[in-house]
Amino acid sequence: MNLNKVLKALLITVPVMTLAACSSTSSTSADDARTSGAQQVTDTVQVETAAPVVSPAEQMRQKLEALRQENTIYFDFDRATVRPEFVEVLEAHGTFLRANPSVRVTIEGHTDERGTPEYNIALGERRAQSVVQYLQNLGVSAGQLSTVSYGEEKPVDRSRTETGFAKNRRAVLVY
Amino acid sequence: MINLLKTTLLLVMLLVPLMARASLEIVITEGIDSARPVAILPFTFNGSTRPTENLAEIVAADLMRSGKFSPLASIKMPQRPAKASEINYAAWAREGVEAIVMGQINEVGIDRYTVSFELIDVLKGNSGPSSQMLNAGRLVTSNEHVLDSRETTINGSQFRQYAHRISDIVYEKLTGERGAFLTKIAYVLVRPNQEFPYQLVVADYDGYNEQILLRSKEPLMSPNWSPDGTKLAYVTFERRQAQVYIQDIYSGRRTVVSTFPGINGAPVFSPDGASLALVLSKDGNPEIYTLHIATKALRRITNNRAIDTEPSWSPDGKELVFSSDRGGNPQLYSVNLASGTTRRLTFEGEMNLAGAYTPDGSTIVMVNRTQGQYHIAKMDRQTRFLQVLTRTSLDESPSIAPNGSMIIYSTMHGSSQVLALVSMDGRFKARLPATDGQVKSPAWSPFL
Repeated sequence: MNLNKVLKALLITVPVMTLAACSSTSSTSADDARTSGAQQVTDTVQVETAAPVVSPAEQMRQKLEALRQENTIYFDFDRATVRPEFVEVLEAHGTFLRANPSVRVTIEGHTDERGTPEYNIALGERRAQSVVQYLQNLGVSAGQLSTVSYGEEKPVDRSRTETGFAKNRRAVLVY
Repeated sequence: MINLLKTTLLLVMLLVPLMARASLEIVITEGIDSARPVAILPFTFNGSTRPTENLAEIVAADLMRSGKFSPLASIKMPQRPAKASEINYAAWAREGVEAIVMGQINEVGIDRYTVSFELIDVLKGNSGPSSQMLNAGRLVTSNEHVLDSRETTINGSQFRQYAHRISDIVYEKLTGERGAFLTKIAYVLVRPNQEFPYQLVVADYDGYNEQILLRSKEPLMSPNWSPDGTKLAYVTFERRQAQVYIQDIYSGRRTVVSTFPGINGAPVFSPDGASLALVLSKDGNPEIYTLHIATKALRRITNNRAIDTEPSWSPDGKELVFSSDRGGNPQLYSVNLASGTTRRLTFEGEMNLAGAYTPDGSTIVMVNRTQGQYHIAKMDRQTRFLQVLTRTSLDESPSIAPNGSMIIYSTMHGSSQVLALVSMDGRFKARLPATDGQVKSPAWSPFL
């Protein structure tokens, strides 16, 4: 799932949930006759809802929550180049970081378990730095960004299969 | 049938205490048939409180694990002589045995034991009917068949250590090369389900006397021994960034030696123990530095936009071998510390990583990647001949025994990361499976 889809899904689900909440309260407090009357009324009027008032802090929290859902980008074997499919993800993070210059993020670089641990530390750092470079190119200030490479020391999948290796070759944006 | 049962029972009895005490238990996987037959007779005991450790078993296990000897199973022993004079040399020679170790333990006080042993050359003992010869016209009794004999007094807790000492003496007498049985290994144990999953451990080279020196919630990497065998340098992520620490293994005192922004990695003590070679990325990308431990003086050794990592000192301390991907794929290079002259060493295979000199400086041991497979390999420095030594999978972190006879490394067995041994000629292979957790980054200690 990509980030835009998550955001769109949130835009749709939040109002729908609000509506659902309203209709459910009205249905429990109303008898059948009045409900049918209300339906007739809805034929002649259109009811609109106001967007709920969300404080800027709450808005930021929601955005961060969404960004945390999509915070990992994956790499090819022995490579540190950002693949085109992750451009959108990084742009979403970049937009957020530009809008919130006080927010800091650590980019963790990871590798699969092939090769040697210390070479993989270097490779993991290269991956973290290519993400940093990308975000800086989007206008994020260097002071908001830091890196740490864990190399092959923190795999998410210990199966030592091609699928497992692919999941472990990653950079993670940690807020 | 009854014999078979007896043998099985014996084997089980032998194995049970081993498994109960050692979390690393050695399984020989290859190469035992090329070894020289020897016999380690059970030590006779005079006293009331029998020591818990079996000296003969420990010595036999050491010699077998060296890959050079094949100790005769006790059921195959033709006789049980109590003294050297009772040895029937012909009977032992028929079994192909070339040397016998025999000895005794005398209880001399509370928890005090005198241990004596003799190493006897079966071929020399067998050559003369009564080991007599003419010397200046006179017939004398020759002791030439006794290659070594020693006596010492120890307490009950020193039996394993003294057994390794006996193994060292026997090994050196029979091969001419110093034994490395009285050594330790350091390694990192990862137990993902524990509160402190990353553990820095030292143990005897055979996995016994395992001691956890440090437990951490964040990764630990790359332990390396000081040349005097009292300290370990290692990488820790306990502050969520890489830092290099030196820890005294006896006092537990830890000192942070490198905490620059970015990578602080791959620490290796210089042969004189005064400096560390290490990797820092504080100036943008990973470079090799040397750090004088007392003065903190830093010297940058490499200067290249590529990855430079995994430094290792030449035995004379004048050169470093390191890995670099400056030529595209990671390969090994050497740099002369005085002149700065850098040379590429490896050209074979898709990658060569983690190079290290053997103690005599003649050979470089490394991780070689060929057709996607990672194996331990060695390269002769003169001929540049590269030989792949292992057939296990995802081999990494080779560390050489201080006598240059063996390499310990980390590999996969099933779904677990385990330690394995391979002899320098590649003929003998053994695995040290952990009972619990993933074992990585082994480092063989210097002679202790």
